[in-house]
Amino acid sequence: MTSRKTVLVLGGSSDIGRAAARAFAKAGYDVGLAGRDVAALEPDAADLRARYSIEASTWRFDVLDTGSFDGFVAGLPVLPDVVVSIVGLLGVQQNAESDLAHATTIMRSNYEGPSLILGLFAEKFLGRGNGTIVGVSSVAGDRGRASNYVYGSAKAGFSAFLSGLRARASRGGVHVVTVKPGFVRTKMTEGMKLIGPLTVDAPVVGDAILGAVEKKTDVVYVSGKWRLVMLIIKTLPEAVFKKLKF
Amino acid sequence: MTLVSGWGRFPVVDSEVLRPRSFEAVGAAVAVTGSVARGNGRAYGDAAIGAVRTIGMTTFDRVRWFDPATGRIRLEAGVLLSDLIDTFGPRGFLPFVVPGTRFVSVGGAIAADVHGKNHHGEGGFGRYVDSILLRTGAGETIEISREQNSDAFFATVGGMGLTGIILEATMRLRPVETGWIRERVISASDLDAAMRALEASESATYSVAWIDCVARGRDLGRSLIYLGEHVRADELTEDADRFPIGKNPHLAVPFDLPSMTLNRLSVRAFNELYYRMGARRAGGDHVVSLYPYFFPLDSISDWNRIYGRRGFLQHQCVIPERGARAVLADILDRVSKRGDASFLAVLKKLGHGDGLLSFPLPGYTLALDFPVKGDILNFLDEIDRLVVAAGGRLYLAKDARQSRATFEAGYPALSRFNAIRKSLDPASNIRSKLSQRLFDEV
Repeated sequence: MTSRKTVLVLGGSSDIGRAAARAFAKAGYDVGLAGRDVAALEPDAADLRARYSIEASTWRFDVLDTGSFDGFVAGLPVLPDVVVSIVGLLGVQQNAESDLAHATTIMRSNYEGPSLILGLFAEKFLGRGNGTIVGVSSVAGDRGRASNYVYGSAKAGFSAFLSGLRARASRGGVHVVTVKPGFVRTKMTEGMKLIGPLTVDAPVVGDAILGAVEKKTDVVYVSGKWRLVMLIIKTLPEAVFKKLKF
Repeated sequence: MTLVSGWGRFPVVDSEVLRPRSFEAVGAAVAVTGSVARGNGRAYGDAAIGAVRTIGMTTFDRVRWFDPATGRIRLEAGVLLSDLIDTFGPRGFLPFVVPGTRFVSVGGAIAADVHGKNHHGEGGFGRYVDSILLRTGAGETIEISREQNSDAFFATVGGMGLTGIILEATMRLRPVETGWIRERVISASDLDAAMRALEASESATYSVAWIDCVARGRDLGRSLIYLGEHVRADELTEDADRFPIGKNPHLAVPFDLPSMTLNRLSVRAFNELYYRMGARRAGGDHVVSLYPYFFPLDSISDWNRIYGRRGFLQHQCVIPERGARAVLADILDRVSKRGDASFLAVLKKLGHGDGLLSFPLPGYTLALDFPVKGDILNFLDEIDRLVVAAGGRLYLAKDARQSRATFEAGYPALSRFNAIRKSLDPASNIRSKLSQRLFDEV
């Protein structure tokens, strides 16, 4: 136990998760990394300890195993000051159109699981009277598009959940941040054609998450250009929008 | 296949680029003939391009452990020196050796046994590496050091990635009290004065000369010599930060400039101005951040694009101390008559290299940039003949075009290196475009 603040990163082995963990550790937080494969998280925990002389721990967490959530939260030695969810699954849109199991996994990984676990932490934080919740959603949730609406609709649900939670929790001293990264060069997007000027590296997102927590920002578009791009996409009339293939 | 090039953007060649996420995946990638590791892509020519497959290593960016009592550190090969400096500098530790850019990986720095402004006194990057975890082309993963598998160790330091894939390394960091450098600028009016100044500053921790390779006649070889020492904490004023903040590049070259941007006139004007401004600062000491002192060009991202689409060549040779004066004067005379060598001309004294194929040898190294155009390849062949006749050699990390004969003449330990490489990788699975050009049997 230390006097430092603590952050718990759900989805700690993802590129954005690792980057966020580094940003918080550099700022002096103790870090918990949670993910399905605890053994795979250990090298990242060791990296954080070696770099920043903070405490880093690893926790098993499966976002699809919602029945385990109560036990997961109860099993933590301290309730963290900040919890960040980077969990998500892009999936394959074309498969999800006909494969209901795949579509269900995408929806549960991006909406049900992240919302339920963050909702649970919010209850604990409200009981304590402080805390920050960060949900990494997506610009894909701003409007359902032909090329990724299964993923996008789940992210839309998650964004709406965070928005409502923020309105409720703010009265109880708990802050909720919604992060919409846009294109990020990561494992998830490897091999995809990304638009250079709209694409950032994972550390930029990690720093943006830390910055939003410290400045108590509500909704973060990591690159300001995305706010503009999505504003245009959101305001296109449906008659025009439905003709677009992207 | 993907088109790949080095920092000089010449040559541009086909190679399949993989980015494995685990050491097992690296092993699987190496099992195919024609692979080589690539760090941050700052080798200028074809060293970090696989003959068939290029294995990107920058995803391996974890620190395994760090001992603040000794400054020893174990890290994955893809950690960048910029990351090490930003992370451990504020804790009082820096790499012992840094090259002219901080955006190189640890694995790449070992493979090229990079040197810095302190090579004359403190040696190269490899001297501070205690051990290396190497995935060989034969499929073994071995720990190599001066004591254990020492043949493989001395072949890997400076071995241009051809002994296997460097996965991890244990190295020593330099304890420093601050991140500031006390700089002294000496202006030298010609080559003799520059060489005398470098000779007289053997005891300086850091020394390097920027040389005006456009100046001719009695100005031939006029230079600004930059000496540097680490600043102690008690030399700083009380309100000063112990460690300066490293800024990310704040200027960028967003597109390829037309290749005529750098012509004889613009380079001459730039050099004249640069020399005069530097000469005015000469004499007194002043304290500068380590970032501009060691990495002056890092503040401009993608500066390689200034040479246009066709790219550029950096010619870096080292000439043994005896007779260096005459050869350097001959080279500079030819270069100044052409007038198209660019502003990045560097003269520096080197000491002994540690690895079998390490570039440094006791003498003077001269680095010159040229845009790729006209008869530049023939011109550089002529320069190579002077280098070879003087017993010198070229730096493989910069090279994109030297001949086999030049290479073989410059590296007498080559046959020993080849024998060790063969024992580690009997099927020659590890091959780069550079090894195809200079090493491999055809």
